[in-house]
Amino acid sequence: MKIVVLLKMVPDVVEELELGPDGRSLDLELLRLIINERDEHALEQALLLKERHGGTVTVVALDAPEIDDVLFTALARGVDRVVKIEGAPETLTTHGAASLLAGGLPDIPDLLPADLLLTGCQAMDDLDAQTGPFLAQRLGLPYVGVISGVEVDLEAQRAFVSKEYPGGMHGDFEVTLPALLGIQAAATAPRYVPVAKVRAAMQSGEVEAISPSAQPEPPLVEVLKMMKLEAAGHAEMLEGSVEEVAGRVAELLGERGLL
Amino acid sequence: MGLGNAMVNDTSCEITLDNLLEMPEGRRILTCIQCGMCAGTCPYGDVMDYPPRKIINMLRAGLLEEVFASASLLSCVACYTCEAKCPRDIRLTEVLLPLVKEQTFLNLTEVPPELQSVLQDTLRYGNPMSESPRKRTRWLRTTDVPVRDLSKDAAPVDVLWFVECYPSYHPRGQDGTRATARLFQALGIDFGILGNEEKCAGECARLLGEAGLFDTLMDYNMAVFRNYEFRRIVTSGAHAYDAFRYQYPAVGFNYEVHHTTPFLASHLDTLRPLLTKELDLAVTYHDSCCLGRHNGFYEEPRALLEAIPGVRLVEMPHNRINAICCGGGGGGMWLDTYFKEKGYERLSDRRVEEAVATGADVLAVSCPYEVSRFEDSLKLLGHEDRMVVRDVTELLGEATGEPIEA
Repeated sequence: MKIVVLLKMVPDVVEELELGPDGRSLDLELLRLIINERDEHALEQALLLKERHGGTVTVVALDAPEIDDVLFTALARGVDRVVKIEGAPETLTTHGAASLLAGGLPDIPDLLPADLLLTGCQAMDDLDAQTGPFLAQRLGLPYVGVISGVEVDLEAQRAFVSKEYPGGMHGDFEVTLPALLGIQAAATAPRYVPVAKVRAAMQSGEVEAISPSAQPEPPLVEVLKMMKLEAAGHAEMLEGSVEEVAGRVAELLGERGLL
Repeated sequence: MGLGNAMVNDTSCEITLDNLLEMPEGRRILTCIQCGMCAGTCPYGDVMDYPPRKIINMLRAGLLEEVFASASLLSCVACYTCEAKCPRDIRLTEVLLPLVKEQTFLNLTEVPPELQSVLQDTLRYGNPMSESPRKRTRWLRTTDVPVRDLSKDAAPVDVLWFVECYPSYHPRGQDGTRATARLFQALGIDFGILGNEEKCAGECARLLGEAGLFDTLMDYNMAVFRNYEFRRIVTSGAHAYDAFRYQYPAVGFNYEVHHTTPFLASHLDTLRPLLTKELDLAVTYHDSCCLGRHNGFYEEPRALLEAIPGVRLVEMPHNRINAICCGGGGGGMWLDTYFKEKGYERLSDRRVEEAVATGADVLAVSCPYEVSRFEDSLKLLGHEDRMVVRDVTELLGEATGEPIEA
């Protein structure tokens, strides 16, 4: 079974985010990037499928600072091949990323056709959840997103996927392969990889790099303004003895009709 | 009695499980008489599939692979008790257990989630608190003691103060850090810090078996040390002290190294006249595993405490070489949830019960993990009104009568 995982990097919110001078983007100089969490789940789901069905997992990522560390870590986790697509602008809309990937994936030798393409169902930098659908449309593949479970019947060339809906509902889908899936959560949390294995991958592994022939298409949507949230009110801190605080809590709950 | 200088790192860095039995250290392991002192004295010996005695027996029988398949050595909190009590002087905590734990760790089918995120974040951010490396020196804003940041002013300095993670980031750790800065200033010490370039020394990753993470942090910190001129290192981390003294020399570290507590004790003549404020407290001192059992610094912290006017020192039944581990070493700091799920007793609870029973007002400590561990236990056990936890530096700082917070 041949699986391709698509990764991208997003701002690490452990660092404080600052607005750039244009007032509609983040200050890239102060940013540090980290793998998009949903993409990490897509990678884990791919490794789980490989363990069950055999085959290969190739990770393809858009080039970004620290992407090599992420790709070597992927190799240490059990990925067979890692490729970065160079030449992407620092900021890409989902539409731009999808067009760059659609142009770049066919340029990677021995990659397509693959049985499954997995990516995170959304990235926290834009919350668009559109890269998967846009890319599937361009590659002519079916797409199902917000997936939290994948089973594959290779002989029948079908995947059975499930997703959770609000209100305790749960849906099962059947999709023909090849397909592109947007992963919300892998069946198990992304595995830990001992640093010694990552260091070994850095010694022996290789990150392939390609410059795609296609250029990303211009954005369809423009960010007009970006701003920090302004605090609208403040929490009231209750002080005093345990009895006083408990009394005040009971009073407040009563005032709001919650008792 | 202390193991102190007897435990010098001579060969441990080249020892692997493959060559172990050909090395002098391995031959010493073969002299094990299977007395079981190690397993009996181990705070978690009763819950391990393979306590140290059994590990040695499996090693002799060539069955170590079976040991690696069990996750139970995760509960080794690297407290040096088995090693300190071994009648054959077998270096269990220093040599054998880290080698076995490394394989245990590589074989784990699942790393407990709390530990996993801590290890990933220590690699990424250089600290286990998932904090930005840019905030490592944030505590400087809360002191008016001038502290030179070598990453901004690289002129040579006498003492490089390696602050470490909990003292830099943890709100209660910072209390001791501010006090230490105040004490260094009062003693006229020429000191500086690495600022935001400092990263975790990594010792607990090593003792847990995550050797690759330790190596990465060691390589990083060594490269940073080489950028600056200083005569000696003083660190607030008891585990960092161990890393610098016993592990970093394998990659060229040859600086004089001290832990803050014994370092201050060596300045006691200058310090004593500064301790002018009477504290009127009964204090019991908890010997940390690294400073106590591993390095024999039993009397230094007690001498500092006794120099404070009004302090009356009382001892817990388990003191010095017999001190009960707080449970935070060897990765235990991030395994509380895992241990609780397994139904293990929290070692800091065991220790705090004993501390409270002395009737002391203060539980004094000198390892940065202990403040939060013991304060949590005091709260959990409902003893928070009976006792407070203070780093030795905090008490000294208070006794100078100077305000510690800016």
